[in-house]
Amino acid sequence: MWRSPVTPLAKLLEAALFASGRPVPLDELYGLDSESSPAAFAMALDEIRECYDNQGHGVELVELGGGWQVLTRPEFTETIERAQLASRPQRLSSAALETLAIVAYRQPIARADIEEIRGVSVGGMLKTLLERGLIDVVGRAEGLGRPLLYGTTPAFLEQFALRHLGELPRADELAVALRAEPRPL
Amino acid sequence: MPSVPYVPEADAGGESSFVVELDQFSGPLDLLLTLIREEQVEITDIPIARICEQFLARIHSLGLGQAADYLEMAARLLRIKVQMLLPRHGDDETWDDPRAELVRRLLEYQQVREVVDVLEHRGEERRSRFARGYLPVDPVTPPESPLSLSLPELLAAVDRVLRLLREPDVHDIVPRALDVEGAIATIRAVLAMRVSARWRDVVALGAEPWEVLSALLGLLELARRGELRLRQQRPFADVEISRDAASEAA
Repeated sequence: MWRSPVTPLAKLLEAALFASGRPVPLDELYGLDSESSPAAFAMALDEIRECYDNQGHGVELVELGGGWQVLTRPEFTETIERAQLASRPQRLSSAALETLAIVAYRQPIARADIEEIRGVSVGGMLKTLLERGLIDVVGRAEGLGRPLLYGTTPAFLEQFALRHLGELPRADELAVALRAEPRPL
Repeated sequence: MPSVPYVPEADAGGESSFVVELDQFSGPLDLLLTLIREEQVEITDIPIARICEQFLARIHSLGLGQAADYLEMAARLLRIKVQMLLPRHGDDETWDDPRAELVRRLLEYQQVREVVDVLEHRGEERRSRFARGYLPVDPVTPPESPLSLSLPELLAAVDRVLRLLREPDVHDIVPRALDVEGAIATIRAVLAMRVSARWRDVVALGAEPWEVLSALLGLLELARRGELRLRQQRPFADVEISRDAASEAA
């Protein structure tokens, strides 16, 4: 039995999410209809998701990168890419992921501190990550030379299907450990 | 300076000396962790001599471009190894394990690797889904509305513009050399007649800037040579010029 989103709000949200190429944060969605309550929005999103999941759609509604987004289902990715209709972003190297992980937990962080943790120089790596929009310069440190400080961008959350940084594993424990001062063992 | 870096003979295991393994490890800590795992030893109690030996053997087969970071770690390991060999003074409780800092870094790095695994997994999940292929376009500025204007009007406007251009407001900048020598001659002439003088005596009232500057430099030069003294009671007050008593006595 065919049942598309029926409430007008669900239809409106579906249209808005289709129109946007990026994840749309909830508070931006709220702007679509000032009459409806946040609860109504949540129900409408549920409605769309259920419709996509249960009625044989090639797309799904996911929450990531601080917002909601309509994405294709993974089982079609290979075929779509083979037909050259869309291509996946390049996979990041292990070294790039290390750098990103450190920036994500320790931001804002200066280059020297990343190098201290990784044990290698990361100048070229930071440039690559900057170019790919995964990190950004978020300020300058006090102290000698006032080095640039780096942080992750919304594109980082999006590429790693994270709603927010708190979703990273054991963020609290790891962040504490990563911050821990050297102590005698 | 030799342009070819020293490459140790790779006789161990019969491997060639130029096996480039750039991407196998993401850094010296990664290699170190791998060795520790392979040797199945505790991070907190590393058999430093053995690990150090293996580390050195392994980096000989690494690409030279990355070797600097690895060599630094090799040097660190050797130092720790030496420190471990030194006889311990005092009781064991006050002994600082030379491996402590390395252990801290390894534990820290291990956590980074854990996060990398998660990122890898989640990144792969996201990579396997496409979003709408929509690229936001830069907002286009609306085109100007066509001018409603007759040809004579346009020509008149052009004429007005050209007329304005006829008298370009151009300054010629003429380099004017300062005449310090001339100023010095004037100052000497004034002081030859009077024991003391004032600024106004050496610089005429309507003097050109270059004359003022020449007089100033001349005065400073003569003061430096000790021919006269300069005094000013307060900022912007008149400058008092007097013959230097010492040079006069000479």
